[in-house]
Amino acid sequence: MEKITQLEMVGISKSFHGIPANDDIHLTINSGEILGLLGENGAGKTTLMNILYGLYQPDSGQIKINGQRVKIRTPQESMAVGIGMVHQHFALIQPHSAVENIVLGYQHSPLFFPQKKIQDDVLAFSKKFNFDIDLSKQVWQLSAGEQQRVEILKALFNGADLLILDEPTSVLTPQETQELFVILNRMKQEGHLIILISHKLDEITELCDRVTVLQKGKIVGHADTKDVDKRALARMMIGRDVIFNIEREEIPRSEKVLSVNNLVVNGDKGIPMVKGITFDIHKNEIFGIAGVSGNGQRELVEAITGLRKSESGEVRITDTDITNQPPDKIYNEGISHVPEERIKFGIAPGLYLYENAILKQHRSDKFSSRLFLAYKGIKEHARGLVDAFQVATPSIFIQTKNLSGGNIQKLILGREIDGEPPVLVASHPTYGLDVGATEYLRKQLLQRRKEGGAILLVSEDLEEISELCDRIAVIFQGQFMGILEADDPNIKDIGLMMAGTLQL
Amino acid sequence: MEEIIISVAQRTLVAGTPLLLGTIGEILCERSGILNLGVEGVMSVGAVTAFIVTLATGNPWLGMMVAIMAGMLISIIHAFASITLQSNQVVSGLALTMIGLGVSGLLGKSYVGIPLPVKMNDWNVPLLSDIPYIGRIFFMQSPFFYMAIVLAVATWFVLTHTSLGIKIRSTGENPKATETQGINVSLVKYGCVIVGGGFSGMAGANLSISYSSSWIEGMTAGRGWIVIALTIFALWNPTRAVLGAFLFGGIFVLQYLLQPLGISPNLLGLLPYLATLLVLTAIGMRDSQKLAAPAWLGEPYKRGER
Repeated sequence: MEKITQLEMVGISKSFHGIPANDDIHLTINSGEILGLLGENGAGKTTLMNILYGLYQPDSGQIKINGQRVKIRTPQESMAVGIGMVHQHFALIQPHSAVENIVLGYQHSPLFFPQKKIQDDVLAFSKKFNFDIDLSKQVWQLSAGEQQRVEILKALFNGADLLILDEPTSVLTPQETQELFVILNRMKQEGHLIILISHKLDEITELCDRVTVLQKGKIVGHADTKDVDKRALARMMIGRDVIFNIEREEIPRSEKVLSVNNLVVNGDKGIPMVKGITFDIHKNEIFGIAGVSGNGQRELVEAITGLRKSESGEVRITDTDITNQPPDKIYNEGISHVPEERIKFGIAPGLYLYENAILKQHRSDKFSSRLFLAYKGIKEHARGLVDAFQVATPSIFIQTKNLSGGNIQKLILGREIDGEPPVLVASHPTYGLDVGATEYLRKQLLQRRKEGGAILLVSEDLEEISELCDRIAVIFQGQFMGILEADDPNIKDIGLMMAGTLQL
Repeated sequence: MEEIIISVAQRTLVAGTPLLLGTIGEILCERSGILNLGVEGVMSVGAVTAFIVTLATGNPWLGMMVAIMAGMLISIIHAFASITLQSNQVVSGLALTMIGLGVSGLLGKSYVGIPLPVKMNDWNVPLLSDIPYIGRIFFMQSPFFYMAIVLAVATWFVLTHTSLGIKIRSTGENPKATETQGINVSLVKYGCVIVGGGFSGMAGANLSISYSSSWIEGMTAGRGWIVIALTIFALWNPTRAVLGAFLFGGIFVLQYLLQPLGISPNLLGLLPYLATLLVLTAIGMRDSQKLAAPAWLGEPYKRGER
């Protein structure tokens, strides 16, 4: 197969269940070029690239390489013409070694002893691009940045001329991001073609030569990044002028509500993920935990809410010790929880909306009379929540999984804060939601703070953290690198703290 | 005393062989992510077909080959249900067991009680069988024993040191990622379920034309279920399966050994299952992480889902 010097997508359309995800998309990329694909979540960027990678078939339109029309029906065919893709959620087999993962995708893997036979070739390749990975390590032992390099290596080793990267920096620290950019620039000089999918303006303008903006499945603009106005790009992407301007009024901190003292929690693999964390949260306060995911946030939250046993240390709400108490007891003591992965842990997707509206509260007198649930009260309550928290739904009698992510999250938040619990623990509450829902949820959190709630907010979104929080703790490998006041001048170094290079 | 020890050791290996064959098949199948609870039924089908063909042709090797093929064929039912139709694998596996037991009972109705004139004869390995003690225990065994050992090692080799093995393991761990690497996940699974069925069929043949040279309904006597337990006991590793299979074989022999001491045979029949429970509890209590089953074991996988 000849080297790709130019790739064109002509008039690509694709819809899912009648809803268009891509509508008449045209784009061109040439050798030695980095093209940015900018758009919000759900704009159709990933769908478009999955078509190029052979995972989806377009309903209409064609793909041309060097002017010739090509058919790409499977990932295999895509790899054969020289296209490689690094998915946002890595397509790596976690319990296998890095080299085994490369064997899996490599088309010319020898049948016998493939790991040993290709090891040297892979090593030579990784030296060339200055990748620093221990190939014999199992993937789960590697950091996110290293895993990503395994993915890139996998694609290059397979002879990819064109590399598609889907939100490559979403799991990286700022420092790892810079290292990635160095690698990508080197590949560009070697004549590779790179398509970068992102919704982050800064990285698009820093790295890309050209940018194409998608909105709701359509192309809404092209631009050369050297003479582009960031604000104009943002407007193109969102379709209206930006964005959040949430006012956080100053409220003095009052008495201590939740205190966590020297908490140690083990992760799923039996090794400590939270290594002695101490903090207090007060009434009228939002306490944020920033950090790249996988640094112990999940274990910390689960230990506080009773979903996971802690090894040592204690958790107290006002004066009650709730360390390692069962989750329902902790809930009744006044800690409610908006969990991460809302569909998996926040709702029972197959149950009706009104049933989900009382999860965890079904024992209360309001909703049950001895043996039976009091459906009248439950439905009233559900209708109340739907109205009060602007859940857009045709009725309360639909399966909750049919709601959009934003509406599910509004329902969960409503359920959790409706009873005005003293403490709310919220994990990634706006992750993956559209602008409108995000804005609404953030305002609700601030409202709760004003009413006297104490909120623990775990998020990867620095913008969210800095907008909402009174104090921000940065977590790295299970420890706090420091706790900052919202107006602390050190806040500009938060990226360094997230990467573990700066401790206050 | 010496005689007894040698005889017990020898019979332990005999009793462990069909367990080993079945377990290798199940390991292969589960490593690709498909739970196959049909082993008991497939074994039974293998046993009856091997018996019928051997009786008709006088050739036990032909009997074994047909049993393997029958095992592969009937396993396609489970493969189709669990891979193509993405149905619940527990249900379809149990269905396969019932179908297999039923079909073999039907086919074998007129063969019950007929003795087999020819059977798979034991094979003495030249030279090695002359070694004192060791020779009698290890090298004067049924061909099934040697084949089982070779197949166990071969399966281990394929799984760990070939690119095919990496594809199989990857399919069981993360079918989505495997598919994005251009591997036909369904094909891999079909292959593993069918070849695994062949192993079970062979285990059945072992019972009817070598272990005992007769057919009676229900002669698999729960060995298919022990295989499922052994797969977990071996932690999905074919070489560890060798150890496990002969350990359980020893428990079978123990039943006969303890019976003359006046212990009820019904109680002793409980031993293999009791041992399974104990082993699983022990592994589970020591470190549940050790029970690292293939991550997608038993999960239906739908292609191209958003």
